[in-house]
Amino acid sequence: MTRTEFWQGNIASAEGALAAGCRFFGGYPITPSTEIAEHMAAKLPKRGGVFIQMEDELASIASVIGASWTGARAMTATSGPGFSLMMENIGYAAMTETPCVIVNVQRGGPSTGQPTMAAQGDMMQCRFGSHGDYAIIALCPASVQEMYDLTAKTFNLADQYRVPVFLMADEVIGHMRERIIVPDAVEHTGRPAFLPGTPPFKPGAGLIPGFPEFGKGYGTHVTGLTHDERGYPCATNPGLHAALVKRLVDKIESATQKLADFDVVNPDAEQIFIAYGAPVRTVQQVIHDHPDRKIGFLRVRTVWPFPAHALALFRCARRFIVPELNLGQIAREIERHAKVPITSVPKLGGELHTPAELFAVWEAGA
Amino acid sequence: MSFEDWFRQDRLPHIYCAGCGNGTIINCTLAAVDSMGWKKEDTVFVSGIGCSSRAPGYIVTDSLHTTHGRALAFATGVKMANPKLHVVVFTGDGDLAAIGGNHFIHACRRNIDLTVVCMNNQIYGMTGGQGSPTTPRGCISTTTPYGSTEPAFDLSELAIAAGANYVARWTSYHVKELERAVKTGLETPGFSFIEVLVQCPTNFGRRNKFRQVADQIEYIKAHSLLKAKRDRLLEQGERIPEDMYVVGELMRRSRPAMGLAPTEVKP
Repeated sequence: MTRTEFWQGNIASAEGALAAGCRFFGGYPITPSTEIAEHMAAKLPKRGGVFIQMEDELASIASVIGASWTGARAMTATSGPGFSLMMENIGYAAMTETPCVIVNVQRGGPSTGQPTMAAQGDMMQCRFGSHGDYAIIALCPASVQEMYDLTAKTFNLADQYRVPVFLMADEVIGHMRERIIVPDAVEHTGRPAFLPGTPPFKPGAGLIPGFPEFGKGYGTHVTGLTHDERGYPCATNPGLHAALVKRLVDKIESATQKLADFDVVNPDAEQIFIAYGAPVRTVQQVIHDHPDRKIGFLRVRTVWPFPAHALALFRCARRFIVPELNLGQIAREIERHAKVPITSVPKLGGELHTPAELFAVWEAGA
Repeated sequence: MSFEDWFRQDRLPHIYCAGCGNGTIINCTLAAVDSMGWKKEDTVFVSGIGCSSRAPGYIVTDSLHTTHGRALAFATGVKMANPKLHVVVFTGDGDLAAIGGNHFIHACRRNIDLTVVCMNNQIYGMTGGQGSPTTPRGCISTTTPYGSTEPAFDLSELAIAAGANYVARWTSYHVKELERAVKTGLETPGFSFIEVLVQCPTNFGRRNKFRQVADQIEYIKAHSLLKAKRDRLLEQGERIPEDMYVVGELMRRSRPAMGLAPTEVKP
């Protein structure tokens, strides 16, 4: 039996993680994500899981990666300053292909910025923030329901692709309360199976190696150094390094269409909004307020890898309008794929665009 | 089984320099691990970055060679998520006391059930001989070309102050004592810290007037002062010279610990 709750976004995220079988949370308090840690601290021990408050965010993500190698579904939650601190070990997780989930309830930056206000300023950081080339998956929720649903989904993606997966929320979605329908169970897919006796980093289907969980006698060496298929360091072989890094990127980018999660409204519209996270709500209001206008909308849940193929679904497109709570981060990603002009509608300061603001932009081009 | 069975033979030869003492410490550690009768599948080695941290790569068990300074944070995740695993951490003075200092004191405070072997060579060896938090005052490194002007950290005293259950310090000369200390550390529930002073001929010795490898080992040996003797001297009102290293078992206690395997949990 599904049930209805009235939850805060952050609580819904924690509940989604619990439903997905998260067994380890390593975290550090930071506004506006702290409710996730608090909820996990209360719930995880009762379900046989582990909550640990680490000494900083570098340690939080490190503990999550360590826990993940024992086979546990593991996560952390943070916001801007803590997210910055996690970057080196996020690169380690990408290099070692460690499944892990990072929730970032975004606030205004740079630096300490606006701890209690919403922003989407970390969208490029989550994709490119650690050094070197790699690829990750990032989902953006626009409702309390999606805080639950998409958090649960991040664990499946992290396991399937053996990659850090980000839930890029924001303060508005994290702190607002809405009605939510809690399902009986969520889908649970496992990690790719490891075949004992084979090299532990030899890629299988989808360029992804099987996961040789610690404690099973496989004797796997895991290193952040460039490594061969046996997992052994081999940091001066140019071809080996190039092939490894290329595979880490290709295993995600080649799955872009499979990973894509978006909705299309009015595909025959000429002017189309593209949004993710909290601005989705404003665009939905604009469409609701103007039923007589053909307002196109591409509403994106999987932001990384960006589903560029979705742009072509709008065959009459003359212009894409991209409202974001930053100075136009994903607008640039769209610009490099789109065949028509882009209008970035940045908003800084912590408040959402008003429907009137967005409609005025649309109307000006109508 | 002997300690040799724990080596990953297909990774040899190792990268350590001629005369390096890290191999001695790895041998002593593996001999102690072997004497515990642990299964390889239940044992995990974790490390950070530096010469010390290459050790897990030469061991056949599951092992995690992580980022600089963070070994204890990764190890905390491994141990808390699966307390049945025996987790041993190799680290060095730069990895543990400089970039990883915060994780060190908090792992001691939590008294999490890990055994940490610190190869203290008083220098950054891997990057070519820069000064570390344990470089003695006056010693030459590439970043202290006129002699270090900073006081050195006493890592064992730090571990004691921060709450570790077991703390011992030995040197690469005291191999029997070292093996026994590691074994006691492995047996003791909670955080066990074994600091080992070790020669680094390539990057410490040759800049600090140790012409031969043996010269530095002799120096370390001659400057080791047994804890019992230190205590006696203090009782007699003697002053302990600053350049002496107090060796021996420095702390053994049973503060409440975290991450214990289910059978070890006391009511």
